[in-house]
Amino acid sequence: MSCDSQVVERLSGLVSSFICHSAGHLPDDVKTRLAQMKEVETEGFAPSIYDVMQKNMEMADKLGRPSCQDTGLPQFFAKVGTGFPYLEEIEPALIEAVKKATVEAPLRHNAVEVFDEVNTGNNVARRIPWIDWELVPGSDKLELYFYMAGGGCSLPGFAKVLMPLEGYDGIAKAVFDQMTTYGVNACPPCLVGIGIAGSAEVAAKLSKKALLRPVGSHNDNPKAAQMEKDIEDGLNSVGLGPGGFGGKLSVMGVNIEQAARHPATLAVGMSTACWAHRRAGIIISPDFTYDFFTHKGVTL
Amino acid sequence: MSIFHFTTPVTDEDIRKVHIGDVIYLTGEIVTGRDDVHHRVVVSGKEPPVDLKGKAIFHAGPIMKKISAEGEEDKYKVISVGPTTSMRMEKAEAEFLAATGTKIIIGKGGMGPKTTKGCVDNCAIHTIFPGGCAVVAAEECVETEGVEWLDLGMPEAMWKLRVEEFGPLVVSIDSYGDNLIENNKVEFEKKKQAALESLKGKLDYMS
Ligand code: SF4
Repeated sequence: MSCDSQVVERLSGLVSSFICHSAGHLPDDVKTRLAQMKEVETEGFAPSIYDVMQKNMEMADKLGRPSCQDTGLPQFFAKVGTGFPYLEEIEPALIEAVKKATVEAPLRHNAVEVFDEVNTGNNVARRIPWIDWELVPGSDKLELYFYMAGGGCSLPGFAKVLMPLEGYDGIAKAVFDQMTTYGVNACPPCLVGIGIAGSAEVAAKLSKKALLRPVGSHNDNPKAAQMEKDIEDGLNSVGLGPGGFGGKLSVMGVNIEQAARHPATLAVGMSTACWAHRRAGIIISPDFTYDFFTHKGVTL
Repeated sequence: MSIFHFTTPVTDEDIRKVHIGDVIYLTGEIVTGRDDVHHRVVVSGKEPPVDLKGKAIFHAGPIMKKISAEGEEDKYKVISVGPTTSMRMEKAEAEFLAATGTKIIIGKGGMGPKTTKGCVDNCAIHTIFPGGCAVVAAEECVETEGVEWLDLGMPEAMWKLRVEEFGPLVVSIDSYGDNLIENNKVEFEKKKQAALESLKGKLDYMS
């Protein structure tokens, strides 16, 4: 099969506009949560920090600029309908879209080749943009998430395998340890993504997928949903506040995703998203109409 | 908490006036520099191409745009510039202060004991600009005066920026050796222990 260059051009044009918009605009759920948190944070440094954050969002919108200078390493998470007609074209279109958006947004040059230690200057490099693939039987659509993995917010990330007897308390401890140390560098209030599984790489990947779920959503397992709430309340009681200056709250939320574990292992992974959580989601149909569902009402 | 308005070059007298938790708005010249700049100055021992005496080093890797036409002298504009994690420079900052005469460090998150001592020894301070607020910061940069060490790449180069009322800069390490974020971390640690204690029994899904 060969690649249809017209389709690549059309798809990459759409995805590039999608990236550019998400560089300057936070998703609806994040904006709503930040506004709620701003209401609660009435003491100390917190109100003035929230004021600057608010001003920054408004100015990024008005001036059409990336809201944070760290536009991250580009990552895509694709859920591809098995009936989507342009399977050949998706990957070249995503790579092309990153190159275009790097010039148009503009995005910071963030892709450094490992070992050669060279910044490629266009955000395209070995396995970057990172693309995660899932197949969706019975669908003819492409559901695409884009995430800007910034430096500061990637820094607290970790994965490790616990002994089962360390229990879910061991998971909580590992998360708390990381959040009260590295967390202050990740531009809090963060969204915390936790993956629980049988091995490190699955837990790590699920922790990032947890960050793609909306702020305020809940795991479909009631026990997991309760654990999300318990850890969220616990982290909030630590009171990192915005920027680590202290406050009544610490996090925008805690999202957990899980896969079954081995009887002899309990693996945990954690990823954090900073307050500037630039996650964008779009569903693209075969006729190129789209639903930009994380940023309602936006026309690309 | 007091609010100060300083102009570069900042003097020892100015620095002595401020304590952790105070807020500064800075006018004058600031220069960006992060991992690679610190490495060149401190580890490789290269003479910095910019006079930093009395000025501020900004831990930041900006997005810059060339605005000069082909054939003209290079001219740049700041699109987006916010603080990066200061802790990455912990290893080299004290030596950097001593080598350059920099008076103000601007970044995000705190810095450790080595930099705290460096601030005491060199009468300097570390300050925090709110993280992720890069358009606000960009608009407080009124002019890009030039760039040095551009061979390091756009985010790593030394960008010389003229700023007006640049801030809020929250003082996180003062010249008396106090460290706001380290103090906060002690508090966070205590509250963490309490939080983990109260989680006990709640997460026992294995029984
Ligand atoms: S942690 Fe997020 S908001 Fe902070 S500098 Fe990095 S990308 Fe920007």
